[in-house]
Amino acid sequence: MPRELYAEPVQGRLAKAFGFTDTQVFRRAPVPKTYSDFLGRKLFLFFLTVQGLAAFSLITLGVILRKLTAAPNLMHPRIRQEISRAGVAMLPMFIFLALALGFLVIGQAVAALAAFGATNYLGSTMDIVIVRELGPLLAAMVVLARVGTVHVIELGTARALGEVEALEALGIDPVHYLVMPRVIGMALGVFALTVYLIIGSLASGYLFAFLQNVPLTPRTYFNEIVQALGWLDFVLLALKTVAFGFFIAVVTCYHGLAQPLRLEDVSRVAVRAVTQGVIVCVLIDALFILLYLVAS
Amino acid sequence: MSKSQNISTAAAQPVLEMRAVTVSAMRDASFVVVDHVDWTVAPGEFWVVGGPQHSGKTDLMFVAAGVLPPAAGSCKLFGLETRSFSEAELPKRLRVGYVAEGGQIFNRMTVAENIALPLRYHKNLASADAAPEVKALLELMELSPLADVTPAHVPANWRHRAALARALIMKPDLLLLDNPLSGLAPRHQSWWIHFLDQLGRGHEFFGGRPMTIAATAEDFRPWRKAPRQFAALHDRQFIPLGTWQQVESCDDPGVRELLGPALELVT
Repeated sequence: MPRELYAEPVQGRLAKAFGFTDTQVFRRAPVPKTYSDFLGRKLFLFFLTVQGLAAFSLITLGVILRKLTAAPNLMHPRIRQEISRAGVAMLPMFIFLALALGFLVIGQAVAALAAFGATNYLGSTMDIVIVRELGPLLAAMVVLARVGTVHVIELGTARALGEVEALEALGIDPVHYLVMPRVIGMALGVFALTVYLIIGSLASGYLFAFLQNVPLTPRTYFNEIVQALGWLDFVLLALKTVAFGFFIAVVTCYHGLAQPLRLEDVSRVAVRAVTQGVIVCVLIDALFILLYLVAS
Repeated sequence: MSKSQNISTAAAQPVLEMRAVTVSAMRDASFVVVDHVDWTVAPGEFWVVGGPQHSGKTDLMFVAAGVLPPAAGSCKLFGLETRSFSEAELPKRLRVGYVAEGGQIFNRMTVAENIALPLRYHKNLASADAAPEVKALLELMELSPLADVTPAHVPANWRHRAALARALIMKPDLLLLDNPLSGLAPRHQSWWIHFLDQLGRGHEFFGGRPMTIAATAEDFRPWRKAPRQFAALHDRQFIPLGTWQQVESCDDPGVRELLGPALELVT
């Protein structure tokens, strides 16, 4: 296609795209012919997405703060339903993951440390590997993959079928009705599942080490871990997991809800939401590493 | 100002007032679908706005309902600018009922849950507390057998009706309907026209208060039998036409298009 044909509609809508952060306008345009145009568009899309996500996060936070207690007879069951979906319903899967993590990672690490007589480092190693990093991040990724994608598909389909406009026409705030329960449910879900995952994997890790005849009593093992944990670990673990849940829900709801979609866009948008969810989680994780370094 | 003066001012106030409104497309804000709309809907009036497919009927109704802000001009519902709708003006906003083309009832809820939703949200009712009112409306609309069924298992004719019930549960003063007869079997079309006429005259279920109604249509003829106001959307223009006699005498080819081959209704 000649360059002018793609350039005209895109340039003609720049102002509107800034106004609504409607990245679909750019995504539907034909692929640019030159690398510089391609990179320019990608960069522009990146900034639009960041702007859109930041605005949507603030709107969501504002709605949660203002309307948390509004229509409790309708909204509280919805919040409970979302906590169940992002938390309770995932528990069997997380028990399996905790066992797998314990057997595959912790058990081997404990056996290796014991072989070198380095059981003194056991507590701090488990603290860094499981409590600070692997536990929260793994929990967030699994919830993103299993519940986040459902959010995008549900909300994207609702948007494409005009159900969101129908909600607005009924005087119902879509962010309050659709987004708030998902955000609260996912924030609490990721937090609770991370705690279960950490406890389960540490316990199953010792079990694996015990089966390998590692000369380590349960008392020594758990004492090492408890001594390595400080109050900062508990505070930052709570903040980090709630932040993971909040932003995963915001990213997935933003992609499903905030932009006009067609039905055929929904699957593409789901993939994009998961990718951006992973990136957001890694960025939050990096931010918390800095916080650990500053605070300790 | 005395109380009687207040009442007379409120009575004279238009329900819907559009001045020099530009309507842009919902999915592409840069695309103007209807330009310079001047439209006043007085209390108790029944308007039918005709237009072919993609003439901007849905977007016009979205603007009228306050869902979509006008791209330019002023749109007032009950004297309040829709652009400035906030939480504080929600009671006024709830005086408008809107039925989208195809119904757009929520797929993850049953018909009864769909109808109860606005009531439960705005009045903070538990499901059991909303049930009597929902049951009465379901009976009125002949939807009782479908109360516990999800929309996927409800025939399209009845889905439309469930959407009407959902819009009426809050007992609105103004009812906006986007192409309500589209895709309906003749028997259902005739039920709709009869029921909307009853609402326009004042239905006892809604306290006998005449409801103001504005509907869009692709064909004027099903609406010809009762006294109504007509307008047409043609070439991105909003053309007020007046009564059925004035519609019939209109020479505009866009309007003549809305009077195509007759569809005989069972009345």
